[in-house]
Amino acid sequence: MHFEYNVEGGDFTNAGTTSSKVKKMMKQLGVDPAIVKRTVVALYEAEVNIVAHAYRGVIYVDLEDTSVSIKLVDEGPGIPDINQAMQKGYSTASPEVREMGFGAGMGLPNMQSNSDKLTVNSVVGKGTTVEIVNYF
Amino acid sequence: MEHIHHALKFKYDLCIGCSHCTSVCPTCAIHVEDGHPILDANRCIDCGMCYQTCPMNAIYIEQDDFETIYNFKCPVLLVPSIFSAQFPEKVSQRAILSAIYHLGFKYVYEVEKSVDVLKEVINDKVKDESAEKPIISTFCPAIVRLIQVKYPSLVDNLLLTKPPLDVTALYIREVLVERGVAPEDIGIFYVAPCAAKIAAVKSPVGEEKSNIDGVINMNYLYNKVFRVIKQGVYTLREDEFDFHPLSKNSILWSLTGGEIKDIPTGRNLAIDEVHNVSAFLDKLENEDLDDIDFLELRACDESCAGGILCAGNRFLIAERQRKRAKQRPKTVTPQENNILNYKDYLKDNMAVGEVQPRSMDKLDDNISVAMRKMKKVFEITNDLPKVDCRICGYQTCKALAEAVVNNQADIRQCIFVQRILEQTDKLTTAEALKITKKVWGEVKVDKDSIKHLDLE
Repeated sequence: MHFEYNVEGGDFTNAGTTSSKVKKMMKQLGVDPAIVKRTVVALYEAEVNIVAHAYRGVIYVDLEDTSVSIKLVDEGPGIPDINQAMQKGYSTASPEVREMGFGAGMGLPNMQSNSDKLTVNSVVGKGTTVEIVNYF
Repeated sequence: MEHIHHALKFKYDLCIGCSHCTSVCPTCAIHVEDGHPILDANRCIDCGMCYQTCPMNAIYIEQDDFETIYNFKCPVLLVPSIFSAQFPEKVSQRAILSAIYHLGFKYVYEVEKSVDVLKEVINDKVKDESAEKPIISTFCPAIVRLIQVKYPSLVDNLLLTKPPLDVTALYIREVLVERGVAPEDIGIFYVAPCAAKIAAVKSPVGEEKSNIDGVINMNYLYNKVFRVIKQGVYTLREDEFDFHPLSKNSILWSLTGGEIKDIPTGRNLAIDEVHNVSAFLDKLENEDLDDIDFLELRACDESCAGGILCAGNRFLIAERQRKRAKQRPKTVTPQENNILNYKDYLKDNMAVGEVQPRSMDKLDDNISVAMRKMKKVFEITNDLPKVDCRICGYQTCKALAEAVVNNQADIRQCIFVQRILEQTDKLTTAEALKITKKVWGEVKVDKDSIKHLDLE
């Protein structure tokens, strides 16, 4: 089954709507709760990334009998060095921001540890595409 | 499927088939057939929302026959501390206690007697770095069942410790046997403030069998005790046996915030009322809120003061309970609360087995089949009016769609679908009437039952 959801940059109030919907469907399918949890954590992180950094984005969800594939495509500033961003603790956040508990450099690593397959592509000035695949 | 006991039962002879129960159920466990509610035993969590909303008092809560207390030589009453807050303020604790003895009980204990022991166990768990956080309290059995059916991914967060009721029962047996009472003579009767607690005694989650011999509904006992007091037929007792006054925090325990009051460290939250709890657990499932250590969750608004078997207004009951607590010290000594001398024994016997999830959302055991069904549910729901009018007998359009996909309902139960089919001559009025009667029974659509409406 295929679904599409729109995400608005800056709309923190509604961040998490897509992960909530995907979670509900996975529960209906009877997917192992541990896999549901992993998927939701990874997707939520990715969803919030769009809200926090991009202008807007679309989330494409494909639910199959044996897997869930999620593609998040955003229009935004992009990530200059993806390899660096994938490293634990790497962050471009200022000390002030870090002091408040944000920008700990755990976003992408956290998504990685909660997905079976994670692909990140980005063009600076254009946007970022994140693909998450989890198998049941 | 394992048998799941429910304390809530319908009295069809009183039921007028208004379906209010269907509309308020937080787990969508009730639908209407033949003019009466049908309960889905796998979904019901015994929260009692239906009981509270029923305008006909057609839902009752089963209890054991009070007379069975006389089958035991040593009947013991285990009463939640909220019980005394049911009475007007001028009725003393001593009078209530004496009236209970007058009814034939040999000993009376308050459920929260074991809180002084239990809180240590909870605090150890909160401090335990390896424990799955947040730890979710298992004090409210409706919440345990809610998590089993609706939030299966959170069952590992449940505190696998006996609630105060069972810990105190454990103590009672131990101490009475020590005093020379024969084990078979001891009959422990629990006074339940709600349906969920009864269900938990009758089919405990994570345990084989409960230590409780019988259950008495709180409003039933309230009436019985109040009558004895009003008639003044009891003798005021000077001795209190083991009914030692509880500590302040133990008295507050069953009110909202009572559990977390006893946890000085970490980040702990108290949430009451089942919809509030659901909203929070939804959030908890979505986001990684792992910096929360402990969650006190209660199904009733104002926690146990709002129990459906309480006799009176929840806010007044809570107020009286708080007033009583104010007069007591924060902690008590082992001399005041003998249970503290049994701490080690109780701690060794406090664990319960794992709680198994039993998801109500799952459409099928086979993912491929579930996927097909989900697709179908989406399609049907899209075509339905989404007004959730319940004329089909189900709580929502989506619930009807799910029932249709599971071959439990006919899509033509939807009144809008009927109108559409009638326009294309695919359904006659007679057929539509037959379908409606299957849901609502004969009477509601019987043309001869209209007596006062001028329909000419």
